[in-house]
Amino acid sequence: MELSAISDEQIEILLSDLLENYGYDFTGYSKASLKRRVIRLYNLDKIPGFAEFRYKINNDVVYFKRFVEQITVNVTEMFRDPGFFKTLRDVVLPRLGTYPLIRIWLAGCSTGEEAYSITILLKELNLLHKSLIYATDLNPKVLEKASQGMFPLTYMKQYSENYIASGGQEEFSRYYTAKYSLAKFDDELRSKIIFSTHNLVSDHSFNEFQLILCRNVLIYFDRDLQHKVLELFNDSLEDLGYLALGSKETIDFSNLSGKFKRLDQEKIWRKVN
Amino acid sequence: MRNCEALIIGGSAGSLEVLLKVLPALDTDLAFPVLIVIHRKNGADSLLPELLSGRTRLTVKEAEEKELLLPGVIYIAPSDYHVLVEMDHTLSLDYSEKINYSRPAIDASFQTAAEVYQDRLACILLSGSNADGVDGLKYVKDWGGMAVIQNPDNAQVAYMPNQAKSQVKIDHILNAEDMAEFINLLSQSKRYGTA
Repeated sequence: MELSAISDEQIEILLSDLLENYGYDFTGYSKASLKRRVIRLYNLDKIPGFAEFRYKINNDVVYFKRFVEQITVNVTEMFRDPGFFKTLRDVVLPRLGTYPLIRIWLAGCSTGEEAYSITILLKELNLLHKSLIYATDLNPKVLEKASQGMFPLTYMKQYSENYIASGGQEEFSRYYTAKYSLAKFDDELRSKIIFSTHNLVSDHSFNEFQLILCRNVLIYFDRDLQHKVLELFNDSLEDLGYLALGSKETIDFSNLSGKFKRLDQEKIWRKVN
Repeated sequence: MRNCEALIIGGSAGSLEVLLKVLPALDTDLAFPVLIVIHRKNGADSLLPELLSGRTRLTVKEAEEKELLLPGVIYIAPSDYHVLVEMDHTLSLDYSEKINYSRPAIDASFQTAAEVYQDRLACILLSGSNADGVDGLKYVKDWGGMAVIQNPDNAQVAYMPNQAKSQVKIDHILNAEDMAEFINLLSQSKRYGTA
């Protein structure tokens, strides 16, 4: 019996096509979520059949980009989980303030909302001038959007509430100017962020950081890939650096857990040996 | 349907009261896992598992990613994440778009579990004010599972079970008072092979 639009076997075929033709490896992604997203796109684009779908992905580069953008989850917001950002503000970033140059890696940055949130914290702590944020994603299309620093004006009320709940004391609106239906964030914030493609599955470590944030990315990976990515983070983190994950993610299952000490409350670990 | 190997309960407004009635009366040796997906405000994260675990001797815990579903354990979908069931009976968390304005969405759990457990899945949709879960129930039926709703006349908010009733071929319509006994029977017929 096969009731879903696309079978598990057909998903496997698409994944091996992507790997072979484009070098994108999704085979270590959690299957249920991936399958839901592939079927969602298939229905959304009203593709007449699997053969057409497969052909389009393999032969139409524009469609391939859309496919990658749509099967990865790009839902994010500014100052999501205010308690987490409060800990960054009160505990983590002040400790990094002693370094001459603060290097931060935001892995899986999607459309950039967290990157701009962090620059706001750094600015308020008077650290922005000596900070660099490497914000990476496997998906070039979301990075284009991120680098524009423009988000829907209608979201600003929610973001402002998050910001205040995270300990922010300024008028949130001082960080952007309204342009029609969009809020354009200040160039000063943007100037400290380097947006770049990086695929956690296949790319290597490219620098050493004092803080790595990767939130709500590992939940889409299977255990093997989670292990591998955590090793990559370990290799990319200075001693005494911090690793921050999503609120439902952990390093407890990995070899790293012995080398890291968790901060109270939030999903932030410090590399201690 | 064949022997029940997993039960999922979904609900929204007015469903917590039902759970508070049902949980204390459940057998403490339930023969299958129970996943509960209830809409609620963000942030009140740890409260629901705590509240419910005070009402039963079964283990109640928040669903974690990669966690294997075990019989006799009650898993609560965390706020602001969809909970998906994988082919190997582990759970995945997913922070994709809201469905029916909801995250966790009942549809996401019903649909993924429907494919995995097929005719060994039972799903119950409780009181609620939107139509989340209705598409999921259709899916459950398509795959041979069992669709159960709270009696709309017995529900604090009738909209959700009413929508299911009008769109899906429902197997059983139950009052809150009868739900625990129904679940216990599902469990006993699995245990003793009388189904």
